[in-house]
Amino acid sequence: MMKYKKPSRNFVTYAGVILIFLICELALSGMIDGFKMSRSLKGQLVPICVYIVMAVSLNLTVGISGELSLGHAGFMSVGAFTGVLVSQYLLFAFPDVNLETIRLIAALAAGGLFAGIAGVLIGIPVLRLRGDYLAIVTLAFGEIIRNLINCIYFSVEGIALNFGFLDPNLPGKMIINGPMGATGIKKLATFEVGFVLVMITLVVVLNLINSRSGRAIMAIRDNRIAAESVGLNVTKYRMLAFVVSAALAGMAGALYGLNFSQIQAVKFKFDTSILVLVFVVLGGIGNIRGSVIAATVLTVLPEMLRQFGDYRMLIYAIVLILVMLAGNNPFIKNTLDSFKAKVFKKSAKEGDQA
Amino acid sequence: MTQRKFQKTPVKMVPAPSYGILPERDVGERPVLETRNLGIDFGGLRAVEDFNLVIGKTEIAGLIGPNGAGKTTVFNLLTKVYQPTMGTVLINGRDTAGMNTVQANKLGIARTFQNIRLFGNMSVEDNVRIGLHNQIGYSTVSGILRLPSFWKGERAQHERALDLLSIFDMQDLAGHQAGSLPYGAQRRLEIVRALATNPSLLLLDEPAAGMNPHETEELMENIAKIRDKFKIAILLIEHDMNLVMGICEGICVLNYGRIIAKGTAEEIQNNPVVIEAYLGKQKEG
Ligand SMILES: Nc1ncnc2c1ncn2[C@@H]1O[C@H](COP(=O)(O)OP(=O)(O)OP(=O)(O)O)[C@@H](O)[C@H]1O
Ligand SMILES: [Mg+2]
Repeated sequence: MMKYKKPSRNFVTYAGVILIFLICELALSGMIDGFKMSRSLKGQLVPICVYIVMAVSLNLTVGISGELSLGHAGFMSVGAFTGVLVSQYLLFAFPDVNLETIRLIAALAAGGLFAGIAGVLIGIPVLRLRGDYLAIVTLAFGEIIRNLINCIYFSVEGIALNFGFLDPNLPGKMIINGPMGATGIKKLATFEVGFVLVMITLVVVLNLINSRSGRAIMAIRDNRIAAESVGLNVTKYRMLAFVVSAALAGMAGALYGLNFSQIQAVKFKFDTSILVLVFVVLGGIGNIRGSVIAATVLTVLPEMLRQFGDYRMLIYAIVLILVMLAGNNPFIKNTLDSFKAKVFKKSAKEGDQA
Repeated sequence: MTQRKFQKTPVKMVPAPSYGILPERDVGERPVLETRNLGIDFGGLRAVEDFNLVIGKTEIAGLIGPNGAGKTTVFNLLTKVYQPTMGTVLINGRDTAGMNTVQANKLGIARTFQNIRLFGNMSVEDNVRIGLHNQIGYSTVSGILRLPSFWKGERAQHERALDLLSIFDMQDLAGHQAGSLPYGAQRRLEIVRALATNPSLLLLDEPAAGMNPHETEELMENIAKIRDKFKIAILLIEHDMNLVMGICEGICVLNYGRIIAKGTAEEIQNNPVVIEAYLGKQKEG
């Protein structure tokens, strides 16, 4: 009989993330000679945090809830544009007050809130479907969101916020300008905020998984008929996972939007959803720590490969294939497992007695 | 026609106060289950029809019949996996028309499955905890924020789960992966999970399938024990006649979707129609 692996080695995940953050901070501060971060890597710090949050939140839908969603970038874009709108509005409407922190928090909260609402609205029709159908419809919704955002115009005049749908002739200063997106964004995102968002995401997702509601979500994934027979409200818990996942993606999107001076809806195309899905699959479906590692490595990798010039994406693809093959190779898997077993033997024993 | 005697395994039992299946006896208070002309069509096939059954408060009843008779279909009708095409199901006196499986469970009906349906990737304890979901709760938010109600609820679930597992002496398996248990243990775990939902009627679909004679005997004792301890009614489908005749106070025989006989073990064993349709054949097969 197989001994069940306790999923509560979460502290390793938290400790790892904190450690890497501290190392990065040390490198950024330049206190140690020769230990410095390249300019391009510095520029990647916030995107890394964003993609970690995206991957972890998608893993909640794909791995924990078991629904293949291909529209995650759609929620990211809702968060990005809401976040930018809120932040820019506050900037223009109340220019005298220095509110950077409040603007950032408001932007992240609004991004999460509106992406969560989008999650509810999309979840209602989508969660009636299963498997491939669900995947295709989420893909379609991701594209619909992107196209809708292309038609939206917002401007600010005094403290009034004007809205136009397919109508660019708004008075005052444009914040969101249809297909041209948002321009002149006051950059607010920092690596530290990104780190905090990553930690919040990990706490929310890991605590959810290891709680009553999380068990219900996984039970429905494992055997829907049995879950219903013991009285689990299937719709409620599938919706819960979907909406939490969407809200976290929205917060990631808000952070992403505030990391650039301009964004367009094109940035949140289908390939972004697939990219995040690649992180989830490579890190291991249902494996939260794996998602963190995969998102980090695969975001940094293209930068590291810059020296290979034109061969960069080729090598990137080969690395992906190799990792995929290695992950599915029974020999490598067994070796890894037995290695892990040895490492964790001691702590597992202690855990048993407790 | 050959008469077949079934060896009665000595199981000590408290006699049930009411016998729903047996028409001449009083059902006592409100019956746990009552069906009226229940039936279902699958396209052209009428899988069950005119199914009338009353089960008393702490009765152990058996549902037997040849393969394909419609026994599992009856369970699916009672638990609202299928909506009946005809007739009604009353659980604890409440009409279940239009209800779904979740609502039926909340009314007090729990079941196991002929083809085991555990949450295979999860631990034995977690399987039971999922059964406890609606019994011992706390909000999603307090779970995420690890508020005191989370710790309190988790502790209560843990203790109750181990308590329930101890019915089958399975508390030592709590940490094991459910899918990796031997067959018999998986069937027992399904019973524990169903019991965790605090039902007043427990439906067991072939609980002894795949068990060895020793395990089956233990199961018989445990089924009686569960009834006495939890004061619930149990309806079971089983092909093992020793088990059925040994513990069922009332037996209902189904053939081609219709009830062909109801009665005590003795009456059923001596019923020529039943012998013809099922018991006789069983001996030859
Ligand atoms: N969902 C369904 N759609 C169509 N036909 C069905 C469905 N479920 C059951 N049936 C049919 O109904 C009949 C009764 O099936 P059921 O599974 O209830 O038999 P059973 O008495 O449980 O048999 P066994 O002893 O083999 O478990 C069979 O002919 C079966 O093919
Ligand atoms: Mg059956």
